[in-house]
Amino acid sequence: MAWRDSKASGSRLLLFMASIILGIAAVVSIQSFSENLEENIAIQSKALMGADFIIDSNQPPNDKVLAIIDSLGGADGRSVDFGSMAVFPKTGDTKLVGVRGIEGGYPFYGELETEPAEAAQTYQESGGALVDATIMLQFGVKQGDSIKVGNTVFPITGTLISAPGTSGVGALVAPPVIIPYSEVEGTGLIQVGSRIGYDYYFVAEPEQDLVELDEVVDPQLDIENADLDTHISTAEQLGRSYDNFGKFLNLIAFIALLLGCVGVASSVHIYIKEKLRSVAVLKCIGATRRQTFLIYLLQIAGMGLLGGILGVLGGLLLQQSFPLLLEGFLPFEVQISLVPDALWSGLVLGVLLSVLFALMPLLNTWFVSPLQVLRVEENGYQKSRKAQLWVLLGIVLFIFSFSYWLLGSGRYASYFVLGILVVFALLGGVATLFMRAIKKYFPVSWGFTARQSLLNLYRPNNQTTVLVLAIGVGTFLISTLYFTKDILLAQVSLEASEDTPNLILLDVQSEEKLEAANSIEASGLPVLNNIPIITMRMHQIKERPVRELILDSTLAMNRWVLFHEFRVTYRDSLVASERTVEGTWPLARKSDEIIPISMSDNVAADAQVKLGDTIVFNVQGVLMETQVAHLREVDWARMQVNFSILFPSGVLEEAPQFHVLTTKAPDALKSAELQRNLVRKFPTVSIIDLRQILMVIEDILSKIAWVINFMAFFSILTGIIVLIGSVRTSKYQRIKENVLLRTLGAKSKQILRITTLEYLYLGLLGGGIGIILSLLGSVLLAQFVFEVSFVPSGIPFLVVLPGIMVLVLLIGLLNSKSVLQSPPLEVLRKEGG
Amino acid sequence: MSKILNVEHLGKSYKSGSKQLTVLDDINFSIEAGETFAIVGPSGSGKTTLLGLCAGLDYPDTGSVEISGTNLGSLNEDERARLRNEKVGFIFQNFQLLPTLTALENVVVPLELQGAKNPAKIGKELLGKVGLGDRLNHYPSQLSGGEQQRVALARAFSNSPSILFADEPTGNLDQDTGDRVVQLLFELNQEAGTTLVIVSHDLELAQKCQRLLRLRGGKVISNEVLVES
Repeated sequence: MAWRDSKASGSRLLLFMASIILGIAAVVSIQSFSENLEENIAIQSKALMGADFIIDSNQPPNDKVLAIIDSLGGADGRSVDFGSMAVFPKTGDTKLVGVRGIEGGYPFYGELETEPAEAAQTYQESGGALVDATIMLQFGVKQGDSIKVGNTVFPITGTLISAPGTSGVGALVAPPVIIPYSEVEGTGLIQVGSRIGYDYYFVAEPEQDLVELDEVVDPQLDIENADLDTHISTAEQLGRSYDNFGKFLNLIAFIALLLGCVGVASSVHIYIKEKLRSVAVLKCIGATRRQTFLIYLLQIAGMGLLGGILGVLGGLLLQQSFPLLLEGFLPFEVQISLVPDALWSGLVLGVLLSVLFALMPLLNTWFVSPLQVLRVEENGYQKSRKAQLWVLLGIVLFIFSFSYWLLGSGRYASYFVLGILVVFALLGGVATLFMRAIKKYFPVSWGFTARQSLLNLYRPNNQTTVLVLAIGVGTFLISTLYFTKDILLAQVSLEASEDTPNLILLDVQSEEKLEAANSIEASGLPVLNNIPIITMRMHQIKERPVRELILDSTLAMNRWVLFHEFRVTYRDSLVASERTVEGTWPLARKSDEIIPISMSDNVAADAQVKLGDTIVFNVQGVLMETQVAHLREVDWARMQVNFSILFPSGVLEEAPQFHVLTTKAPDALKSAELQRNLVRKFPTVSIIDLRQILMVIEDILSKIAWVINFMAFFSILTGIIVLIGSVRTSKYQRIKENVLLRTLGAKSKQILRITTLEYLYLGLLGGGIGIILSLLGSVLLAQFVFEVSFVPSGIPFLVVLPGIMVLVLLIGLLNSKSVLQSPPLEVLRKEGG
Repeated sequence: MSKILNVEHLGKSYKSGSKQLTVLDDINFSIEAGETFAIVGPSGSGKTTLLGLCAGLDYPDTGSVEISGTNLGSLNEDERARLRNEKVGFIFQNFQLLPTLTALENVVVPLELQGAKNPAKIGKELLGKVGLGDRLNHYPSQLSGGEQQRVALARAFSNSPSILFADEPTGNLDQDTGDRVVQLLFELNQEAGTTLVIVSHDLELAQKCQRLLRLRGGKVISNEVLVES
């Protein structure tokens, strides 16, 4: 019976099903791709690292570290890496690069991909450099030209396309340049205060247990400020970061699926409403509640299964496109393969979600009375209220379970469910309120066509709320993404004020300080800051030696503070990015007292120290006892030189130090000119051009936004299908209305105008509510989470809203074509025709 | 008196599967202005098709229809709509009211389409005449069948039509309500001096008209004068 009945309404059921296909395709494709990514990271982990395991440190390895390296059979290769300014003598251009001096056969897995290919070997013998492909292109440099790093000019042996361990955001800011290890010394860049990474690469014995090695050796290295990473642990870490992004995309896909389910519920509602009389007839002739209920339940489940199958097929196709979409984020090529779990989940989701969301309207068949054959009664709805509550609970529970499965955290799953409920309730609620307001304050003075089109939103079996929801959720997602991007950019953007630096000179040695400052001023620019920096580590915290704390497995404090080399400055005032939380600064100090220091509140929290606690610092061999006398809140997001620890003046002046100078260049040309000039005079100084970094960040955010937009687009597409379904559902009603108007003398233009305006209202209502809610959400996000002032981008208002309106209009008109063209004779056909 | 409707050699056939089904065959008649005219015949005799062609809702295969001397065959769809709006009124068996509009709004739709000024005044007056002066702001779903048909009556007269077509106007009503609607229809018609064309299989209703056209199998079998005008 279910099959026979569905054959008669086949085309309508197909449309219900279409609502969920895209959502399932999105979920299946992302799940499959995430799984592929995880597998590929595990398979390619050695190639990503270039070795089985690495010992690394930010300081030259001490005897103990060297002894550990020896005990492991000695390193098979080593490298040092540091940031430095590079000069291209051919053009005079300068660029901050990540220099890596490599020795030995590294990489042992994977390869240095170069152009020409043999350059990966010959650069070692020829003493040349391999230079990142992007900067080669950017500065018009070719193989055979030269690059100057520090004091040394290297011939460029080849273009570096990829190398193990040199991907990620860091490589975008400071693109990699590889030179032979033996040439590093000659550059003169290894100096006090330089940020240098020392890496030792190992190839493991086939039977060596790397997990055990990590557990045993890593804690020993921790004490010596070194670290051991195996390809397994690195892969896990990398997998986790991509996994988070994957989960986020999965949630967006899930939203598209839920939106499709709202479409299913609404379509089934209309479908069942039309079937109630048939149900009553069936009951009259002896069908039980169960039988009539099952007829339609089976139809919906069948539709869900078919939707699931088509969704899974779509998902498989989409999965193939992800490597292209995520190009630039992934450090390697991802091999695509079938993921059975994702395919099954697509099928289960299709059936389960269709049935769950259709249950509410389906319940009406259960409670319909056979009396309705004689007259239509509405009281069946009241009887099913309790059952409806159970269904609602089931839906919420399912959304929670699925998001829990995706996120693996009850707390985040609850937040997600709550967020979904709030957005759907707000959109639905605002749409309903708005509709009521229109009814109450109806614009009676408007012309007939404008009024009639507005009234159409209230026609019997109208799906205005569902349509507003579908259009609204899509618009909400897209505009929230735009606004969030704005907020993130506002966080990192440079302030335009006079004294906000945009060029930072790092690693300026004390003896260079004066001359560097003079050079800046000679080029007509101001020296905005001249900040001394002294490096130190914590030696003792609250009377307990750090060495002892490292070994304490019950320690509650954040362990990074125990190993970190702090870069500290001294001054007696606070800067714009700092705000006193507790205590006063500066503190008057008598010469024999413990040194009062100021700490940033986040570091104090990590180290679990409060005002009055003592910390002994090891300042390059000299121990200094200090007391936390002041706590500051630091706005780390500001692109300027910030410090977690401040010393008062008069203590560190004689300690070995280097300096950071800042200036503000009015434009890119002046900035490049100053950089060229400074690098020529001070080859060891690194210059950070904040303007360029900002461009890199913007570029990354745009790429991420693009991927997210792509997923959000599924919501829009689902919204479109729900829209088409709804337009088709009310087609008969529309034909009847338009034909009647035509019979009464309406011209084609008038009917077209009524239809056009109706869809414009829908687009404006859904899109407008979506954007306003997203604006409100973003303002709250900016104020309470990111704590930045937020100036919304005009794009959602100027592009997204009109775009959505035009889209809704086009779909509406295309689907109403037959309605607009129906001959007036239809009016003489009897009911149900 | 002048001819308001002139039908000559009207023919219409539809394709039914592979066969051509002739619904109307060489129909000829004319109606004088102010006459009341009934078209009767059994189901499938072509009554409704004839009405549709006479009102310009459909196109004939052969022959012509003239309303007030205008040949409908020479008009495009919008011109026909305009002619209907200005000269024709309709009453349907199933009322055909717009569900989103109140009784008053439904009545004034033809005037609104014309862009007439202050249509509400005319609408209220007409609803008063059909006894629904206190139901102006009720929606169709809040009215009984008889009340809905009375709203349709008021609407049919709102544009002061020259000719009014009524398709089974009592078909969906009980006897008493139907009688009341028919009485109103004839009263209003007399008052406005409109030509009335009723399509029905109800002979009792048809005999209230001045002339009677009998159809069978798509052909005119008689064209009788019941009451001399």
